[in-house]
Amino acid sequence: MAGQEQVRPRRDDEEPVDGPDTPTPATPSAQARDAEVDALLDEIDDVLESNAEQFVRGFVQKGGQ
Amino acid sequence: MTVRRVMGIETEYGILQPGRPLANPMLLSSHVVAVHAAAREGARTKARWDYDDEDPLHDARGFHLQRASAHPSLLTDDPTAPAPSGDAKASSDGPQALPRATTEEYEDPGAANVILTNGARLYVDHAHPEYSSPEVTNPLDAVRWDRAGELVMLASVRALASTAALPDVALYKNNVDGKGATYGTHENYLVERAVPFGDLAARLIPFLVTRQVFTGAGRVGIGQRGEQPGFQLSQRADYIEAEIGLETTLRRPIVNTRDEPHADPDRWRRLHVIIGDATMLEVATYLRLGTASLVLWLIERAVADGGAGGGLAMVDRLTLRDPVSAVHTVSHDLTLTARLELADGRRLTALEIQREYLAAVRTALDHVGGERDAQTVDVLARWEALLAALGTDPASCARQVEWLAKLRLLEGMRRRDRLAWDHPRLAAVDLQWSDVRPERGLYHRLVAAGAVDLLVTPEQVDDAVARPPADTRAFFRGEVVARYGGEISAASWDSVVFDVPGAATLQRVPMRDPLRGTQAHVGDLLDRCPDAASLLVALGS
Repeated sequence: MAGQEQVRPRRDDEEPVDGPDTPTPATPSAQARDAEVDALLDEIDDVLESNAEQFVRGFVQKGGQ
Repeated sequence: MTVRRVMGIETEYGILQPGRPLANPMLLSSHVVAVHAAAREGARTKARWDYDDEDPLHDARGFHLQRASAHPSLLTDDPTAPAPSGDAKASSDGPQALPRATTEEYEDPGAANVILTNGARLYVDHAHPEYSSPEVTNPLDAVRWDRAGELVMLASVRALASTAALPDVALYKNNVDGKGATYGTHENYLVERAVPFGDLAARLIPFLVTRQVFTGAGRVGIGQRGEQPGFQLSQRADYIEAEIGLETTLRRPIVNTRDEPHADPDRWRRLHVIIGDATMLEVATYLRLGTASLVLWLIERAVADGGAGGGLAMVDRLTLRDPVSAVHTVSHDLTLTARLELADGRRLTALEIQREYLAAVRTALDHVGGERDAQTVDVLARWEALLAALGTDPASCARQVEWLAKLRLLEGMRRRDRLAWDHPRLAAVDLQWSDVRPERGLYHRLVAAGAVDLLVTPEQVDDAVARPPADTRAFFRGEVVARYGGEISAASWDSVVFDVPGAATLQRVPMRDPLRGTQAHVGDLLDRCPDAASLLVALGS
């Protein structure tokens, strides 16, 4: 995932990382975004239910609150 | 002037036995609870829920629903536990004597219930396992103990998977099945009783209707049964059918009126918000709780000041002409440009209404002056930044806003594979998004790829699985379960009932104040007491 922003976990006592003084990195171009999504989709293809139709049809819940 | 207040989140998880769509969900849910380590340890499984102070039919508008006219699903205080005697309601803080049951308790498997060492409750609600987080005092802690709930559920999934005699289950932190069923994620906020309920509801409704733009979890399908192909911002929106009401299982309202404060009712009400989505993205959960708390502060403060001071007048001009249809309009508008009609004739977008709330809160904060705590500053900054970015480039918010994170994947898949919105792979992405198993849940794949922002560390979440928050009565509840679990016969949000061997009666310790029983109050005391008997003596002295 070259070019990915690193996850920056934050502790309770630290200053906020995304406050107004530390703007998030510049918005990537649409092309870069597409490339990033395609990389994510490659990962997801590996774990997504192989029989999507059967999985979706079988996902039946009783109502709750 | 703060986001801090007593709050908590209850989450009903979706449940499946893979490959067996007809499996009984109540039985599966009771397995999820019963297999939990705390339950299997033996003694603690006997700690029942103490329903003595529960009153789900009490309506915040001041009347009381007759039990006979209530929908059975509303009777959440179903007395599988025998009611303690009336004198247990005495207001003293010391232990209260309760008679012992003379016959063995009947254990209804459907009433499976575990009180966890982190102060949470894990139980079966309707046909779903539910995790009710311990009371916390701020939105970041709400995130920590909400994430802890995901790990509690994951632990049960793993335990069932490793037990050949029990069915495997998969659990989902979502709110809809796409076939018409919905199940809830409820936020609870302790609010000052001095605020008249009607005013509270009126001033909250436009906020709750429009906050979906940054709190929505996203959903494939439109309509209660997903009858129309497409995507929308919120899981819950299509199930909202009333403005204000007591029901939570039908005719679901924007503002719910259940009024069980689990605290001194003269001073507090518990605002029970049922319109929200379960969110995996930590920033979404954080801002959902944080912004609501700020708006509640604004409303409380205005009442305390006799309506004076900046901010409130701005909010009072935001009344929507038709709030219920506005919930649906906002959720169905992916462009965030739809205009909602206001009672005064103006037509504002959801983002504009949110900006009015933000400006009102800022005005009131400036009016009050003084220091602001770091989380208040952080929530305000993030709220403002998101509202700005959502107005100019929504796609740039996919690291913080769940519906946009989900939509990004779905649109990528649609583009790459040329799929129409009714393709089952898209619905599968929506469902599998919230699978609690890291190797299956798509949200977790995004975390692994560094594609979403996080607020808490894995170590902080692990700690929250085992330990309660230090600064509410959940500390006392969780710690006594951890230390004296075998000597506890029942517990609830505002009580713990001890059953000490050799004692003449059960002893009930009331905890009416959510901000007492903290580590600062009782930490040393607990350290000095090797068993429940010595604790009760110390508490009674």
